[in-house]
Amino acid sequence: MLTLTIARLTVIEMLRRRLFLVLIGLTLLVVLLTTWGIAQVASTPSRPMSRVEQIAVVSQLLIMVGFMFSFTVAFSAVFAGAPSLSGDVESGTALAILARPISRAEFVLGKWLGVVITIIVYSLPTTALQLFLVDRVVQYVPPHPLEFLFFIVAEGVVILTLAIAISTRLAGMVGGVVALILWGVAWIGGIVGGVGLAFGNTTATHVGTATRLLLPTDGMWRGAVWALEPASVIAAIRAAGSGAADSPFFAAEPPDPLYLAWTFGWIAAFLAIAIWSFDRREI
Amino acid sequence: MIGSPAISTRDLAKRYGAIQALAGLTMTIPRGAVFGFLGPNGAGKTTAVKLLLGLARPSAGEGELLGQPIGERSSRRRVGYLPELFRYQPWLNAREVLALHCELAGIDRSAWPREIEDALAVVGLADRGSTRVGGFSKGMQQRLGLGVALLGDPELVLLDEPTSALDPVGRHDVREIIRALRERGMTVFLNSHLLSEVEQVCDRVAIVDQGRVVAEGTLAELLRGDTVRLRVTDLPRDASLALAAFGAVDAEDEWLTVRGIDVDRIPELVAAIVGQGGRVHAVEPRHESLEDRFLRLLGGA
Repeated sequence: MLTLTIARLTVIEMLRRRLFLVLIGLTLLVVLLTTWGIAQVASTPSRPMSRVEQIAVVSQLLIMVGFMFSFTVAFSAVFAGAPSLSGDVESGTALAILARPISRAEFVLGKWLGVVITIIVYSLPTTALQLFLVDRVVQYVPPHPLEFLFFIVAEGVVILTLAIAISTRLAGMVGGVVALILWGVAWIGGIVGGVGLAFGNTTATHVGTATRLLLPTDGMWRGAVWALEPASVIAAIRAAGSGAADSPFFAAEPPDPLYLAWTFGWIAAFLAIAIWSFDRREI
Repeated sequence: MIGSPAISTRDLAKRYGAIQALAGLTMTIPRGAVFGFLGPNGAGKTTAVKLLLGLARPSAGEGELLGQPIGERSSRRRVGYLPELFRYQPWLNAREVLALHCELAGIDRSAWPREIEDALAVVGLADRGSTRVGGFSKGMQQRLGLGVALLGDPELVLLDEPTSALDPVGRHDVREIIRALRERGMTVFLNSHLLSEVEQVCDRVAIVDQGRVVAEGTLAELLRGDTVRLRVTDLPRDASLALAAFGAVDAEDEWLTVRGIDVDRIPELVAAIVGQGGRVHAVEPRHESLEDRFLRLLGGA
């Protein structure tokens, strides 16, 4: 039960820190700007767009905005998650807490759960507002909006779990930077894998598969991309030939259930590593 | 477990790489005692507390807190702790910090308001309960930490340098709080390098240096001198020889100084002098100050 106590404490910490308010404020500003931009692009006065063209343009723009969300959620998760554990240890705040009858596992799980809740509190309303506003201005709703929200949050949770596991041993900033570098490597790995598939290069395909398994952030991002793609766009890109499939902003298929199971297993395994590692840490 | 000592350790040791922070600490602290753990900075005092609370793992040895093996969650159930590095969540106010610790300590929710207000009142923060901890001075944070340690009427309170950030008034307040805890039968483990603090409130003291306990006992035992001065008249000249069995005798005018004597034998000494025909006008056993004893043990004097 003390897991929930620590989770609540972590959420209060996040909400009371200026960082969160700044993030929400900036995100709302960006949501308004992108909505305005999408409205402008979709109604070019010189040459009226057909509905098919409009959907193609808006869906691609929305994927770019989705990438911004994926990026912001990943960054916030890392920079909120990594110091939440090591910061408490470095400042001494953890001393008084861990001297209570609480297990280290409850402490780590509570911290993790608190940041996960914060990620959801941040990303669900902002992304939902973005999709809602786009629908209002251009009457377009992506085919799988709920799945989009799910994959964006899942990507944040994956990178958060990695950042927390690293920060059980290293300083928060180091854990955050390492996690972000790996996030970038996974993104590039996804592109390499796409190229491998498109051009029949087995080594490149294996590199892509390995990075997708080692750090499932790009796998979740591709799920978010798929959720935003109308069938017409998928069909058009497929028809354009295999070369287009190597784009990091395209996914022909949703992640298969086995891969989703792998991702959940990955999160559980890294949480277990984080608990094991923190349990052995001297405070 | 009722009846078990508040703290007991056997050969408890901690090594950080090449540094032996604590070397074979063996001690038993009975319940209800105010125990001073005295030593210079870096002696291993904080390490000992961290081992007792399971914040660090011993390299060797074992121990129990209130009858439960150290490191186990159950051993921390009835324990309050003020860390040397006292830091509380700056984004919470004082009441919220105390409420958090009520919850962590498993105190019944209906008792929280009383516990929180009592703690604030005892440490002198009654009018600052709604202030964010981030706006507290170091002294106020240390007072809050003491309030946190006292929540839920613990059986054992570990205070690590509890007055390091306090002014003389604050130090006096803390001494009064510790005396009040003793009245209530609480066991207090006081880590300190402040001799006067320990001298004023502790029943028993262990002096620790370089990870080892170099002396332990009640203050009376520790400070017991081995010298007595007596004012004696009518003592025959050769009587001093007969008194040499008690220690090194030095006579100057009417004053006789006996060094190296077991103080329990002072009545025998007096009887011997009288037996020799001497008249005893004054007997003054010499006590060491804690500072002298401390410096002597640490090889500084």
